[in-house]
Amino acid sequence: MTMTILVWIEQNDGQAVSNCWELLAKAKELGRELGAGVAALLIGNDVGAAAQQAVSYGADLVVAATASNLAHFRLQPYAAIAEQAVERTGAVAFLTNASIRGGVLAATIACRRNAGIAANATDLWVEDGRLVAGRTIYSGNIQARIHFESPLAVASVRPRSFPMPAPADATGEVENLYVDANEDDIRLKISDFRAADAGEVSLTDAHIIVSGGRGVAEDPQKGFELVGALASTMGAALGASRAAVDAGYIPYKHQVGQTGKTVRPDLYIACGISGAIQHLAGMGNSKIIVAINKDADAPIFQRAKYGIVDDLFKTVPALTAEFSKRLK
Amino acid sequence: MNVAVLIKQTPDTAELPKVTVAEAESGELQATMVINPWDEFAVEEAIDLSDRFGCETVAISLGRQGEVDALKHALAMGVDGAVHVDESVIDGGDEWATAEALAAAVKKAAGGEDVELVLAGKMSVDGNSGVIYAGVACKLGWDLLVNVTRIVDIVDGTLIAEQVFEGGQETVQVPLPVVISVAKEINEPRYPSFMGIRKASRAAIPTLGRDDLDVGPSHTTRWTDLNKPEPEDVQVRIFEGASVEEKAAQLADALMAERVI
Ligand SMILES: Cc1cc2nc3c(=O)[nH]c(=O)nc-3n(C[C@H](O)[C@H](O)[C@H](O)COP(=O)(O)OP(=O)(O)OC[C@H]3O[C@@H](n4cnc5c(N)ncnc54)[C@H](O)[C@@H]3O)c2cc1C
Ligand SMILES: Nc1ncnc2c1ncn2[C@@H]1O[C@H](COP(=O)(O)O)[C@@H](O)[C@H]1O
Repeated sequence: MTMTILVWIEQNDGQAVSNCWELLAKAKELGRELGAGVAALLIGNDVGAAAQQAVSYGADLVVAATASNLAHFRLQPYAAIAEQAVERTGAVAFLTNASIRGGVLAATIACRRNAGIAANATDLWVEDGRLVAGRTIYSGNIQARIHFESPLAVASVRPRSFPMPAPADATGEVENLYVDANEDDIRLKISDFRAADAGEVSLTDAHIIVSGGRGVAEDPQKGFELVGALASTMGAALGASRAAVDAGYIPYKHQVGQTGKTVRPDLYIACGISGAIQHLAGMGNSKIIVAINKDADAPIFQRAKYGIVDDLFKTVPALTAEFSKRLK
Repeated sequence: MNVAVLIKQTPDTAELPKVTVAEAESGELQATMVINPWDEFAVEEAIDLSDRFGCETVAISLGRQGEVDALKHALAMGVDGAVHVDESVIDGGDEWATAEALAAAVKKAAGGEDVELVLAGKMSVDGNSGVIYAGVACKLGWDLLVNVTRIVDIVDGTLIAEQVFEGGQETVQVPLPVVISVAKEINEPRYPSFMGIRKASRAAIPTLGRDDLDVGPSHTTRWTDLNKPEPEDVQVRIFEGASVEEKAAQLADALMAERVI
């Protein structure tokens, strides 16, 4: 391969983060247009299964860097390896998912290589034989195209920007990258590690999100129980407005919006949320927005496609009952 | 140990939708400018560290000439000093020029006394990148912690902190110097006191310009086709039924037809 698009595959405990496959499949498509191959970079301890998966999602080459002290992400060794892989594969592009780690890894590689970066990109395409990225700034209020002036193009790409591919029977090469990850040279030490609750649907990956707001105020505990029940019936992630978080109804990790998470599910159901600008900044790009609010004049109805004007304490359980009938 | 905190002056979030393409292109915004909300957490943490460890704190902001309101806010909250970096030093350059200028300012700030800890917010509400602190860490050659929810302790030059990512949470130890981007969970930013505001209004804020900082040119990207995303003209369909059960059934019908469930 003379020219490649290198995609970092984030992993936890050997398990690949699934939105990286969206990116890998997109890279394959871009590679065809650019006449470039696609290489997947896996860094970790035991990445054998993920490497095979990467091949099935379209990687021509998997570059695997493994060592027991690489099990957990640490920027210093990971960035050194990624830089080595960029050189080794002759990468014209280095792509990561725009997770917390993907974001810093992309930025660090770009800065070190003095390469252009498109952070939190939501689209990638080829124009005149070069990669171009689309993203928004001013919290979703201005769109822009980013053209790269450097030989290497770097982008961190938001989850759910591209469709999830189906794995296929494919062949690809797995190459082990020699790494010198001497623990004495790595400054940062991890003294305690707690994995997130398995089973909980993550907001940024979710196809469906059901969120609750200050509208639950008359009985917050009951309100979020009802909203949570609707979410689990629908296999959805549970979201919240800042007002609900600030009032202590639900932990911050559920917050959607300007100072919470940016999400773009296929379906967003807002229960008792007024639709403040800062909330819309986080979920305005959802494909279909449904609002349940007892005030017909709430601004959320200007963005929603479907609405029910009624008390959420009655409506939400009725929806849960209806969907559990249909989704049986 | 001295602490520098990087803050950006950004539009009031409520006014972001009013920002026009022309304004975004020229950088001359009509909006009310405030301290980037994510950076308030970094300022609060700096003040908290100075209470805990007795360090000197300085806020640094790169921006247009005279753009010092965010720095005044940080001073009013309680940081010891503030430094403004004139945007002309980066000569229209990119993120890496900004990072280099901020890294150089960190080296100069705090009266030449070594800064060993740089704090930053999570991202700017206008740039939305979350890359500047990574660039600063890279230019300084320091370690970087992101999404830090607690600085547990600093013992014998080693910082212990908790950081969160999508897959979990970890406690890490790293020798200073280090750059830290803080998460919202880390603290509750204070409101400036009346005394603080008075003090800040009288404070002299030095500016570092081209003569003070040596920053190389960096233009790695070209931004084109700035435009406002058309707000999709969705006409909401409100389900009118005799009962909530009826409305729920109508909504379920519509969503099944859309094939989203
Ligand atoms: C810098 C900054 C950052 C911010 N970041 C965020 C952010 O990240 N995310 C965010 O969400 N907000 C954010 N905000 C706050 C935002 O401006 C709003 O205050 C917040 O979104 C309001 O939350 P809410 O819609 O739940 O509450 P409200 O605005 O109080 O709305 C409650 C709604 O519930 C309805 N309601 C009440 N009772 C019922 C009932 N029984 N049944 C049905 N409906 C009912 C009401 O009609 C109303 O529309 C930010 C603000 C600032 C200044
Ligand atoms: N011009 C600037 N001056 C000082 N700090 C900045 C500047 N731009 C960004 N930062 C810091 O870097 C963080 C991330 O910004 P960004 O990469 O623009 O999303 C912000 O929260 C600030 O702490």
